[in-house]
Amino acid sequence: MSQEWIYTIVFLAWLVGAAAFVIGLHQMNSPATARNGNRLSAGGMTIAVGTTLLYLITRQGGLSLEAWAIILVGFAIGGGAGLYMARTVKMTAMPQLVSIFNAVGGGAAALVAIDDYLRVVGTREEEVATAIFVVLGVVIGCVTFSGSLIASGKLQGVISGKPILIPGGRLVTALLAIVAVGGFLALVFAAGGALTLDVAVQELILLAIIGAGLLFGITMVLPIGGADMPVVISLLNSFTGTAAAMAGFVIGNPVLIIAGALVGASGGILTKLMADAMNRSIVNIIAGGFGGAEGTVGAVAGSTQVREIGVDDAAIQLAYASSVIVVPGYGLAVAQAQHAVRELAEILEDRNVDVKYAIHPVAGRMPGHMNVLLAEANVPYPQLKEMDDINPEFDRCDVALVIGANDVTNPAARRPGTPVSGMPILDVDHAKSIIVIKRSMGRGYAGIDNELYGNPKTGMLFADAKEGLAALIAAVKQV
Amino acid sequence: MSQELLNSLAIFILAILVGFEVISKVPATLHTPLMSGANSIHGIVLVGAMLIAAEADNPLSYALAFIAMVFGAANVVGGYVVTDRMLQMFKKKPAAAKAGSESATGVSGDA
Repeated sequence: MSQEWIYTIVFLAWLVGAAAFVIGLHQMNSPATARNGNRLSAGGMTIAVGTTLLYLITRQGGLSLEAWAIILVGFAIGGGAGLYMARTVKMTAMPQLVSIFNAVGGGAAALVAIDDYLRVVGTREEEVATAIFVVLGVVIGCVTFSGSLIASGKLQGVISGKPILIPGGRLVTALLAIVAVGGFLALVFAAGGALTLDVAVQELILLAIIGAGLLFGITMVLPIGGADMPVVISLLNSFTGTAAAMAGFVIGNPVLIIAGALVGASGGILTKLMADAMNRSIVNIIAGGFGGAEGTVGAVAGSTQVREIGVDDAAIQLAYASSVIVVPGYGLAVAQAQHAVRELAEILEDRNVDVKYAIHPVAGRMPGHMNVLLAEANVPYPQLKEMDDINPEFDRCDVALVIGANDVTNPAARRPGTPVSGMPILDVDHAKSIIVIKRSMGRGYAGIDNELYGNPKTGMLFADAKEGLAALIAAVKQV
Repeated sequence: MSQELLNSLAIFILAILVGFEVISKVPATLHTPLMSGANSIHGIVLVGAMLIAAEADNPLSYALAFIAMVFGAANVVGGYVVTDRMLQMFKKKPAAAKAGSESATGVSGDA
């Protein structure tokens, strides 16, 4: 076969891969087809990567020994590490891992752009358009690389979840922006011939842009509180898509452009959906807002009078209720109590108690994260109710069991003038009786007291989610 | 701009519009798996890494291409596997199969 024919087949295969990404993403809209969608997308990826290898082997000259080594060894190491991490990660730590995968994706996009630039700089292939896309790809890729690593570190607790203010942060950001924009203009003009620069100088400018991008990622994410990390990760995910598309322009590859643009756009929409669910604007989050009160365990609320409840009392309330709504929150995820809560629910169901789970859109660490954790514990999917569906049911429910959820249940959100104002909440206070399992009176991410705890209907059961549930299970069995 | 570049720009714009449309109706439940799924798709940059690896002809470009390969492969393989693991949990379970052995084996996160 001629070279042209092979390239045509490879190009068509890339389009098949791209179509698989679009259809796969579309199928991930519904729980029933989501897994298929992901596999379809993976199949598309296999086709795209496989035919690329075929193309490289069959084209004139084939692959050099060095290239073979780079591709095979690189794939084995990266793929092996990715596979190992993906297989062994605890589901509670999964958001951090996604962020790390996002970081390396952004890094790879930046490296592809950097490499191509170094190859063409000073040659006749160097064009204005190349310079534009290279710089965009490098800047966006570097920002996502360092930013995603910081975000991952914050979720993992390696870096404090509190907003870290950098002294003179605005000045630093402005300086970095000047370096990036100035470097961008210099390289573009140099490529256009309007500016004569040595190749070495152009490479130094690119290095400065890389440094500015990496630093900008750090200064962008550090001041943002841990509670907002999901939105930040989603935003950076969208950035990585864009960086991949830019890399696609640089090397003139359609599948990179399509897949990158697809992720850039869909990631942007997803980011907005997540931010909406928390009643935050993306601009607000990036500007660094409230949040990050992880260190407040043990802080005692001053004025609020709360009623403590014993395990036995709580067990009796649950056992003799006709309907119970479980409100799981971040505390449940941290304590890995998803299996314990499922066990309690099963015991209650055996006693003919109707059990449902109220899932706030941002429960856990990410939108949908709580569903993943509960599904992991074999909680039947139909029992998981989204906020809008479950809220009317609190009026009819006997006991609302709040486990490690805080801000998403705070009635103060209904009033203007508080940090949580306007945030959609679960109407837990409408239940006839409320039991809250919580380690302490510590505050949530919003850093304010939860008025729910002062409600006369509320009984506080101070315990770690897992231990508290274990005690409840034992007590319910005794009833 | 060259015709090739203009064509690429057209593809880029259309793909962005597709991206907007394809996402707009997702339930919140699936936001995290969806983000992870989209995250795997930008691992397509692996194809870019392979193409620059084929062009590499000096130590610096060998190194850049190699790191890009490692990063891209981790993104692709890890991304799809972790997304699949998340989605696996959404599959409908037979009502009879309760707790016990099934959950014990399916749990890697229980310390």
